Amino acid sequence: MIQIAGLRKSFGGKPVLAGVDLGVERGESLCVIGQSGTGKSVLLKCILGLTAPDAGRILWRGRPLDAASRPDFMSGFGMLFQGAALFDSLTVWQNVAFRLRQRMPDPQARAIAVEKLARVGLGPDTADLMPAELSGGMAKRAGLARAIADDPQVIFFDEPTTGLDPIRARRINGLIRGIVTETGATAITITHDMDSVRAIGDRVALLQDGQIAWDGPVSRMDHAQPLAGFLGNTPLL
Amino acid sequence: MNPVRLTGRAALSLTRGIGAVALFAGRGLFRLRPFYGRAFAGQLVQIGWLSLPVVGLTALFTGAALALQIHSGGARFQASDVVPAIVAIGMARELGPVLGGLMVAARVASSIAAEIGTMKVTEQIDALVTLSTDPMRWLVTPRLWAAVVTVPVLVGVGDIIGILGGWMVGTQSLGFNSAAYLENTKAYLETWDVMSGLLKGAVFGLIVAVCGCWFGIHSGRGAAGVGRATKSAVVAAAVGILAANFVLTGLFFE
Repeated sequence: MIQIAGLRKSFGGKPVLAGVDLGVERGESLCVIGQSGTGKSVLLKCILGLTAPDAGRILWRGRPLDAASRPDFMSGFGMLFQGAALFDSLTVWQNVAFRLRQRMPDPQARAIAVEKLARVGLGPDTADLMPAELSGGMAKRAGLARAIADDPQVIFFDEPTTGLDPIRARRINGLIRGIVTETGATAITITHDMDSVRAIGDRVALLQDGQIAWDGPVSRMDHAQPLAGFLGNTPLL
Repeated sequence: MNPVRLTGRAALSLTRGIGAVALFAGRGLFRLRPFYGRAFAGQLVQIGWLSLPVVGLTALFTGAALALQIHSGGARFQASDVVPAIVAIGMARELGPVLGGLMVAARVASSIAAEIGTMKVTEQIDALVTLSTDPMRWLVTPRLWAAVVTVPVLVGVGDIIGILGGWMVGTQSLGFNSAAYLENTKAYLETWDVMSGLLKGAVFGLIVAVCGCWFGIHSGRGAAGVGRATKSAVVAAAVGILAANFVLTGLFFE
């Protein structure tokens, strides 16, 4: 569904992505892991068009992702940001229904937003709250509701459990897995939380030194030597 | 380093900066489709309605102080009776738009830069892009047009309040007859005096909104980055208003 070939990106002459090759199939849940500063978020921003790569190609359904095909791509995906990135000036339901409100009347958009909020475990009483009134876990769930509001074909998750306690993190992981399974959406998750990888992923790719150092099914990762540091099998220092 | 090279480099950098801001303002003003009416209406309230108290109070005290100054200064050459005319012309041409613009700069440029800067560092602007929404159209265009529309209105209201401030001081403590004061104001104040001030207000509104949006969108990371952006927006808007006022006054009255 998405193919990345030879993707390169440098900042100030320092290469962050040094030829990334990666693909994800329809309905698959791919987790990209790597230490802090290895370029996971840069990779995500290149796919989303928020950062222009220096070289390489990104294909969407076999077509290069360029100015012509980007609107089609953009209309078919959802994104959960690390800090939820809810718009402060809008209520929770207006955040969730942000895209819907551009093409349908408010009452209809609100009904869908309330339904999606319920799907992530937030009651209708949260719909009229402002994002500043939500706890970290609630904001993350509202962000998840916004990501799935328009029934996307691809969902990106950027560090979905960062900043959450273990109980809330497990809850978010469970929600993401449930939603991905239910909707059949393709999922790409950027994380360094191995519990998230086990809960969400079908496949895992390790980004190291600007390249994919290991790529395989989650079921095989316990025996993968390059992942040993992440799994706690070998000392990191 | 060679001082000529240094000067040239600074001049080129300044020119590049002004060009970039001008292109930014052009894109902000003319990227109208789709036009986000709700965001525009919200900004009319934020920039216009909520600035009214501070602009009104500024104008009231400025008009009152101006009347006192002209009365005492005019007494030196037996011209104390020009108070109504000078207060009206001074407020309409110069003090209304400049002080109103500066107060809006302090209140609005800082708030726009802080809001957009915070949106940037908390990835809300990235979120807009992922929701198929152009941040220029959703954030910048409504603010620019709201400022261009509302600041002249604020200036007009400020002119009236400032003249009333002068009238209050004139009639209550300087011994002017109320009807004569107002008659004098009407007799000397020309349409162009008022119109030139309103035009200045539109330009100042644009300067305020452009500075707020530009520094907000180019804000650095973290709280310190947003703080710097806010400070830079206010300073740039205030200097821009004073410089533009000089240029516009030359164009309108020379």
